[in-house]
Amino acid sequence: MSKIFSRDSWSEIIQALSSNWFRTLLTAFGVLWGIFILVILLAAGNGLENGVKQGFSGMATNSMFMWAQTASKPYKGLPKGRRYNFKIGDVDAIKQNVPNLRFVSPRNQLGGFRGANNVTRGLKTGAYNVYGDYPEIIKQQPMDITSGRFINYADINDKRKVAIIGESVKTGLYDPGEQPIGTYIKINGVNFMVIGTYKKKSNGGGDAEEAQKEIYVPFTSFSQAFNMGERVGWMAITAQDGSSITKLKDQVFDVVKSRHSIHPEDDRAVGSFDLYEEYSKINGLFVALNFVAYFVGILVLLSGIIGISNIMLIVVKERTKEIGIRRALGATPWSIRAQVLLESIFLTIISGMAGIVLASGVLALVNYFMEGMDTSDMMFLNPSVNIGVVLIALLILIVSGLLAGLIPAQNAIKVKPVDALRTE
Amino acid sequence: MLYFSIMIEIKDLHKSYRTGNNSLHVLKGINFTVSEGEMVSIMGSSGSGKSTLLNILGILDEADEGTYHLDGTEIKNLNERVAAKYRNKFLGFIFQSFNLINYKSALDNVAMPLYYQGVNRNVRTEKAMHYLEKVGLANWADHLPNELSGGQKQRVAIARALASDPKVLLADEPTGALDTKTSYEVMELIQGINDEGKTILVVTHEDDIAHMTKRIVNLQDGIILDDSEVKQVRAKDAMKKALAHV
Repeated sequence: MSKIFSRDSWSEIIQALSSNWFRTLLTAFGVLWGIFILVILLAAGNGLENGVKQGFSGMATNSMFMWAQTASKPYKGLPKGRRYNFKIGDVDAIKQNVPNLRFVSPRNQLGGFRGANNVTRGLKTGAYNVYGDYPEIIKQQPMDITSGRFINYADINDKRKVAIIGESVKTGLYDPGEQPIGTYIKINGVNFMVIGTYKKKSNGGGDAEEAQKEIYVPFTSFSQAFNMGERVGWMAITAQDGSSITKLKDQVFDVVKSRHSIHPEDDRAVGSFDLYEEYSKINGLFVALNFVAYFVGILVLLSGIIGISNIMLIVVKERTKEIGIRRALGATPWSIRAQVLLESIFLTIISGMAGIVLASGVLALVNYFMEGMDTSDMMFLNPSVNIGVVLIALLILIVSGLLAGLIPAQNAIKVKPVDALRTE
Repeated sequence: MLYFSIMIEIKDLHKSYRTGNNSLHVLKGINFTVSEGEMVSIMGSSGSGKSTLLNILGILDEADEGTYHLDGTEIKNLNERVAAKYRNKFLGFIFQSFNLINYKSALDNVAMPLYYQGVNRNVRTEKAMHYLEKVGLANWADHLPNELSGGQKQRVAIARALASDPKVLLADEPTGALDTKTSYEVMELIQGINDEGKTILVVTHEDDIAHMTKRIVNLQDGIILDDSEVKQVRAKDAMKKALAHV
């Protein structure tokens, strides 16, 4: 075995391969192309995945949103079609009765899609979504605080009338260059002091522009200022890492149903949107995409390998006489077989490496051109393959080089020396 | 010269080839002994079985019946690995068509048997160079076979056959592809090697070449017709005569 890695074996291989450069290059191209396609496909899949997932980035994907609808079944003497609202007490009840929940954030909302103007500042007015929120919401729906701060518990407890406004709100209500912090805006006739500004990424392909047109105020101040009483519009609930919200949500619904006298089997009374389920679907899509990339890439690679195998068969045939000479001079069958195998593996690995380098070059080029663009809404980001994939590809190459050489090597030692020498 | 040990000993050797339903009996009981230091030629018309005999002697082929001892070792039912080892250790081959590897330099060609012996690179190069000098081609060490003349190719092949320091040299029509003058030069070289004590077997159908050995074995239809010692004609003298004739 030690012979395999000696300088002599390698110079033999180089000599044999370089004796017909053109053919060697053509053969190598098959594998180069295969591994190139494999890497590019994987990287493109990765880029798409990165692009789509950047919408979820930082977002607590293990979350759901739920809101009150109408009871669809009569229960305990109450009619169907009855309206009800979540109450602030539900939050604590959920927290106490359902384990493994990380955040339970009650929310209230003013305004909405194409709402009327509801915010004024001096002569300027605008229509914005106004949310009453707890400080945890920033961990569930991430945003970058660009100046000032976000809501804290002091705001909640003291029912401070403070507001955090989006960048678009700022451009709508303020003159360019004007500093909003410390100024007042009037929401539905109530004055709030601006204490911070934020910028949000789009929510999983949502409207990025709309996402900046929001105003956040403390939940308690919101309830008081806009006469919500104990009502809660909807809730954002996040489970702890390691337990899935999809499994916990039924327990949450049960708590809510029992507190509001709703039939336990009334599935339509509580509306919900399970972000985790959606996220899992998208994840599944990318697993499938990855599989397709591997499938296609490996098939293309396979055709390259068959090419190598074919050429090695021809090489062995051509060198029948040489093999005969070598055997007459004392080459053992193993050394003949090893040479054919090494040649095939060497050729595969070198061309495979070239393919990987070429693909990396193309990816680097793509990344270089994408760097200058704003990629936040491109659905395509940072196409890349990790080193693990490259190592797997390399392993596939070694194994396939071995396989490609196997049949030719066997052919080579099947030749009897005396027959080989007789070939003129 | 005194013959000390028996180098090749074959007894009652049979070999037949099967082609379809027909069996061709090529060797029909050959008995034949060669002592160390002998120089023997095997003659016979084509189809007499001389190449088959040489292949068996060269462990390239195996006999159906009979025994073959090479330097006291019985050659029988060898697997390919051992056969390769014996070929390397005991035998040096010289072919009619030289059989050099055409993408290797003369030096690398000569070094090949040593490579298969596992000799390290420096020693190999040194030894190969030594044998190239011996055949007078030291200046051609870096040349590829197709840059050499036929005579030079055959000398490289002879150097290669000698490189592993074998017990026996087997030459299959070594001058078959060469003109008379070059033939005689090659034979002169082979005679010189024999003078140093190497056992040599030459298969030929040329009378003049056969007479440059010390013993002629005549093969016909698979049996030995005649086996007699002859007075060796030195190749150098034959050359002088030939030149004078011209």
